Amino acid sequence: MKGQTLTRLKESASQTAGPYVHIGLTPNFCGITGVYPEDLGIRMVNEKTKGERITVKLRLIDGTGSVTKDALIEIWQADADGLYNSPDEPRGKADPNFTGWGRQPSDPETGVFTFETVKPGRVPFMDGRMQAPHISLWIAARGINIGLQSRLYFGDEEQANAEDPVLSRLEHPSRAATLIAQRDGNTYSLDIHLQGEKETVFFDV
Amino acid sequence: MKNARPTRGGFFQRDRTWHPPAFAPGYRSTVVRSPQRAPLSFGNTLSEITGPVFGHSMLGELDNDLILNYAKPGESAIGPRIVVYGQVLDENARPVPNVLLEFWQANAGGRYRHKKDGYLAPLDPNFGGCGRTITDEDGHYSFRTVMPGAYPWPNGINDWRPAHIHFAVFGHGFVQRLITQMYFEGDPMIAKCPIVRTIPDERAIQSLIAALDMEATIPMDARAYKFDIVLRGRRSTLFENKLEGN
Ligand SMILES: [Fe+2]
Repeated sequence: MKGQTLTRLKESASQTAGPYVHIGLTPNFCGITGVYPEDLGIRMVNEKTKGERITVKLRLIDGTGSVTKDALIEIWQADADGLYNSPDEPRGKADPNFTGWGRQPSDPETGVFTFETVKPGRVPFMDGRMQAPHISLWIAARGINIGLQSRLYFGDEEQANAEDPVLSRLEHPSRAATLIAQRDGNTYSLDIHLQGEKETVFFDV
Repeated sequence: MKNARPTRGGFFQRDRTWHPPAFAPGYRSTVVRSPQRAPLSFGNTLSEITGPVFGHSMLGELDNDLILNYAKPGESAIGPRIVVYGQVLDENARPVPNVLLEFWQANAGGRYRHKKDGYLAPLDPNFGGCGRTITDEDGHYSFRTVMPGAYPWPNGINDWRPAHIHFAVFGHGFVQRLITQMYFEGDPMIAKCPIVRTIPDERAIQSLIAALDMEATIPMDARAYKFDIVLRGRRSTLFENKLEGN
């Protein structure tokens, strides 16, 4: 006998962004000018943004050890006080001069993605414990069938990283290093490895 | 307490058997770009539940008209004129209002305006290939474009992409972010495509095929295709731990 049915839908299946993702998401970068005034997400801060200015430099490395040149990365982070610029942020109003969201193609020569942003404050885990400062990552490219989710943590936040509820869920704590950007001056750098010995911890969240 | 169930919790877990797997060797680029280790899962925090919001005011008048948004004044893109419309819903079948949709495609001959695309088919001087729009209060969207052409691509020695439009969709939370492709009803190339075939479930493929809708055409101008998009659904907050903490 058949009972009641749920009226849920299935999420639309993902498909790769393909080799021409920049036409759609950063058209000015790939020479399609005059359609949008500027590429969305290329500026996260302005002169009034509160907090410590930092530069985040990422590279995306494939299973052969080559630095990819055709990918796109989006980042999402809290402001300097740990608040998200989103209507679903229940704890207060985020810095109106900080978008929290950035999107970049990589440099065509070096493969480096560069984000000018601020260091985020801490955000609670579900149970109220504080997470270490982090930036959420979303990666799309040819050969990636569904956008990859991960995070960037900060190498100079040793104490906070040690008590972070997400990092502490890792089966092999040594893999936390794949998420931790190292600081040099005001720049944090992280290589994201798609495969291999140093494969980055990706998320299913 | 309101009668409607609140929708401010975490998102439903993604059904990874419905989406294409990372490693799908029929699509050769996945071989060296697919993570091989098990992903890490944890309940959604504010970092996952929140996401950027875009206002309708950021849109230019022609952002959702690919026939005109790159064309010289008085000219227009070449190709079969179509309107693509639909609704963005979540897995609870609720409309998703005020979310940004971005789309990109080849021109009517199957050529992209990109320095890496060397296909013989010529560029159309009046076609850029990108557009964007934001859903209305009921999750509806529409844009006008030309039907993209099929094109050959380096994978096997004779692989062709069916006509398709790439979509990138924001939800309300950063983990709802989705990139997919829209195909066209009746196209015999769909079933032959190695990228389509990365999707294991036939029903999931069908949900990416837009339906020709002759009742929504603009008479003497453009035919219409309907393409609905479903984003991850969201849990009720009723029985979840407090997010505020401390
Ligand atoms: Fe394509």
